[in-house]
Amino acid sequence: MSKITINIDGKEIETQEGEYILNAARANNIFIPAICYLTRCSPTLACRLCLVEADGKQVYACNAKSKEGMSVVTSTENIVKERRAIMEVYDVNHPLECGVCDQSGECELQNYTLEMGVDAQHYAIKDVSRKDKDWGHIHYNPGLCIVCERCVTACKDMIGDNALKTVARGADAIEAEFKDTMPKDAYAMWNKLNKSLIGLTSGEEMLDCTSCGECAAVCPVGALVDTHFTYTSNAWELKQIPATCGHCSAGCQISYDVKHTSIDNTDEKIYRVMNEWNYVSLCGAGRYGFDYQNKVASKDETAFAKALEAFKKADTIKFTSTITNEEAYLLQSLKEKFGYKLVNNEAKAFQTFLNNYGEISGTKLYGYDLEATHNANFVISVGAALKSDNPNARYALNNSMTVNKGAGLYFHPLKDPVIEGLGKSIMTMYHAPLQEEVVLYLILDLFADKTKLPNEVVEYLASFHGTKTITVEETIKEEITEIVKVMKKNEETGEEEEVEEEKKKMVPKKITKEVEVDDNRLLAILGADEKFMEELQKNLAKKDSFVLIAGADLYTHPNSKNLARLLALIEKYSAFELVMIPNLTNTLGVSLICELDDATGLHTIGYNTKGDFTLSALGDGDLDMPAINQQEGTLTSINKRVNPTNVAIGYNGYELNDIANALGLRAENVIEYTKALPIEKGFQSQEFDSLPNHYENDGTECRGYLLENVAVATSDDESVAKFSNEKLEGTLIYMANPVRQFTPFTSKCTNLDELSGVYMSEEFLSKSDFNEGDIVKVKSASGELVASIVSDNKIAGEIIVMPTFDAKLNSEALFSSYRFATASIEKV
Amino acid sequence: MHNEHIEEHFGNRNVVEMNSDYYMVAIEDYPKDGWEKFKRVVRRAFRGELFVGLWVVMREMIRFDIHTVQYPMEKMPIGPRYRAVHEMKRLWESDTERCIGCGLCEKICISNCIRIDTKIDENSRKEVSEYSINLGRCIFCGYCAEVCPELAITHGGEYENASDQREHFLTFQDMLTPLDTMKAGTQREFEGFGAITPHEDERVKKTPLAY
Repeated sequence: MSKITINIDGKEIETQEGEYILNAARANNIFIPAICYLTRCSPTLACRLCLVEADGKQVYACNAKSKEGMSVVTSTENIVKERRAIMEVYDVNHPLECGVCDQSGECELQNYTLEMGVDAQHYAIKDVSRKDKDWGHIHYNPGLCIVCERCVTACKDMIGDNALKTVARGADAIEAEFKDTMPKDAYAMWNKLNKSLIGLTSGEEMLDCTSCGECAAVCPVGALVDTHFTYTSNAWELKQIPATCGHCSAGCQISYDVKHTSIDNTDEKIYRVMNEWNYVSLCGAGRYGFDYQNKVASKDETAFAKALEAFKKADTIKFTSTITNEEAYLLQSLKEKFGYKLVNNEAKAFQTFLNNYGEISGTKLYGYDLEATHNANFVISVGAALKSDNPNARYALNNSMTVNKGAGLYFHPLKDPVIEGLGKSIMTMYHAPLQEEVVLYLILDLFADKTKLPNEVVEYLASFHGTKTITVEETIKEEITEIVKVMKKNEETGEEEEVEEEKKKMVPKKITKEVEVDDNRLLAILGADEKFMEELQKNLAKKDSFVLIAGADLYTHPNSKNLARLLALIEKYSAFELVMIPNLTNTLGVSLICELDDATGLHTIGYNTKGDFTLSALGDGDLDMPAINQQEGTLTSINKRVNPTNVAIGYNGYELNDIANALGLRAENVIEYTKALPIEKGFQSQEFDSLPNHYENDGTECRGYLLENVAVATSDDESVAKFSNEKLEGTLIYMANPVRQFTPFTSKCTNLDELSGVYMSEEFLSKSDFNEGDIVKVKSASGELVASIVSDNKIAGEIIVMPTFDAKLNSEALFSSYRFATASIEKV
Repeated sequence: MHNEHIEEHFGNRNVVEMNSDYYMVAIEDYPKDGWEKFKRVVRRAFRGELFVGLWVVMREMIRFDIHTVQYPMEKMPIGPRYRAVHEMKRLWESDTERCIGCGLCEKICISNCIRIDTKIDENSRKEVSEYSINLGRCIFCGYCAEVCPELAITHGGEYENASDQREHFLTFQDMLTPLDTMKAGTQREFEGFGAITPHEDERVKKTPLAY
């Protein structure tokens, strides 16, 4: 795509060839009204407000593409008439209940009604009964709905749940006289509006989706509202605190909307989480998991004194990655000063993986990010339970398929109906656990440039190829000669008579023939079905940008070193760009900042994890710490971005910095360490207060800064080991969380009500003797636990999922380090 | 910018010249010594104004024509537009409270003395769960009554709000018209700020209610 210049309202602007006029205008601060269009999604063409005149022709700015030298006028006499009529139509039968509506004050219907100067109403139609619907976490009021379909678009094009659709309204037809008297587009828009409302795709009474709440966020009016927020606050009373979500590595930009708790209690309370939905989409945990703060009345001096004693005695600090970069830096400083061992297994695994990867790639970090994945058109995911490990990676995959006509390939042992539901162009391959190596070899085999790949690898891959003869059914066109009787006039006699004529005709015919084809045994090893290659070839047509998403299964795989090297080879020798999903919120930051150790010593301080002395932001330790929503600091995201987050709720207790100060470090606030983060690892020396946290009108992400992908030394050794034939079989358990849950912090949130227990798919439960609610004992080689069965329709197949979000359920004990294990399960 | 303006205004600082912006005020000279001071005290004390005042009081006392309102035994009627302590009105039709909890009064209040908590009630309607006005801060400007779309919050005639502490909080129930008053049909509409003005009908643009 090339840069072009177009003219909007006399202003010369530069944009990309083929960019929608609306986006080009927005990027240059030119206002074109529009309701139904969502940036990053496909145009809906429901509201028709974005009418403009391009080169003298009336077009919709949201789906008309820019061409070199195009001249656009955003408002003409006719367009003004159309827009006003459209807004009048939207106001027809819209209840005048702004006083109680939750959207009042940030309502696009209010805004545009005012903008278009609607002060009288020329249209009317009999209203139909539109009853409120309680869809669980979302409340739908069809009376307020203007059917802009933004919810449907977001759910389909971004989230991929396809949970909403338009349904019939059952209204009378619009009176005929309006067709002639009304502006044309306004009439067409009304005609469509009058026929539809929003309903559930499933046809059920209750919404059954991954509960991200994005539909309610994008709703321009008060039709879709988060149930928990209903009637609790007016928009204008809330103060927006720009922050970064603290639940997973996606590091989404959010704003905590806070206000005093009540008349009697002036403490700040988070009422809701909002996002810039044109540029970032949240998951259910980000949207509804906001009240995980650690409420502490005052500084507990005795506990603090004990903590200092414990620090003097301890030789190890064990911690999780749900901390800020600054805290990680503090821990590293303490290590340097007092020689503590820093233990964090999950970050250590990721750190080692990155180092192994760097040996071939020559860079500290993977090359790509999720933002760019949105613009790709062929995405492969390996080793990640995508929808729960990093919901934004799923959105990126789905968005690339829906908007860029892309396709996807999902490799994972756990069957996932949500991923399958993303659309027709997603292929899933459910291989056995431990076969991730085979998967990466297959990707190398299918996509790598064999002329550049190391010879041994090429030879190794070739050893899996053979030829086989298969019988294919083919439809060919065959010429046949038919004798048909036709009536013809005999020219001599002048009479009609029947003559026989020969006619040639092509008819399709099915034949079977034997052909010799390439036999790729890697596919057979992975258990791919026979149609796999055929389908893949179809999906690969017209694809030019490729992304590989690698997940956490790989980091703790017994052969993780080899996997890391394979990934580097794929990135180096194929068209694939690489993104890795860090396990937890700040795993990437921790793995860059801290030197981590393997073994714990004799006395352990635990930070958000159990130790001999426990510091905890969960409120269950020996000394309380602030949670992420009570802290300022930076978090490093999957997009290799150092994002700032701010204090949403006050905290009265001690924090890690107080301990560090008492131990001899010096900083009044922990954010003084932001500028001290290690530059040699890619961080920048920037003051916390100078870090921005917003999006520009053209979608540019102005948040913190991007890590530099530092070059690391490589040896010329690009050898990779052959894959092992091992695979896990039998009753399998997998360490993963249900959608909307990540850590004990999400588990603390009142609006996230996922049950703790042993997750089995509905499919598996119906085939087995187990029932939902049964208490079972799960026993593996590493340990055992007793919990009740939870039925989950978001997974399928026979693998049992052991969640880690409930700290009481010690799922980790069942696994050695790899996320899969074999286990036995029996009722107790 | 700002400085220029000042210079322009006080540009002519020549106090002596006739055309300057300054002029002398005619005041008598200050006493220079003790004797002069003494003379001024005598002059001011025995001027006789004191006796003028005393005479007026004496004259009115003898006439027995007293206009003073004997507050608090006697009280003046308060005008219907007077802005004293707030009231919450009820609907004539159903006796339910008019307030819908829109929060506009809270928003418009310039002394920031109104706070309102709302929640969803069991009928899925918006309900005011708590409402308070801090009379210590209220300046009785009447904006809350003016902005109220439902004529719910109004001012009343109750002006006796002296108390032993500055803050005195009004709650929703305090302000609400008692049900007895509703039964008796004696709720008084407020005629001041925010009330419907005469000829309101002519000013409102109508929407077609074909159905």
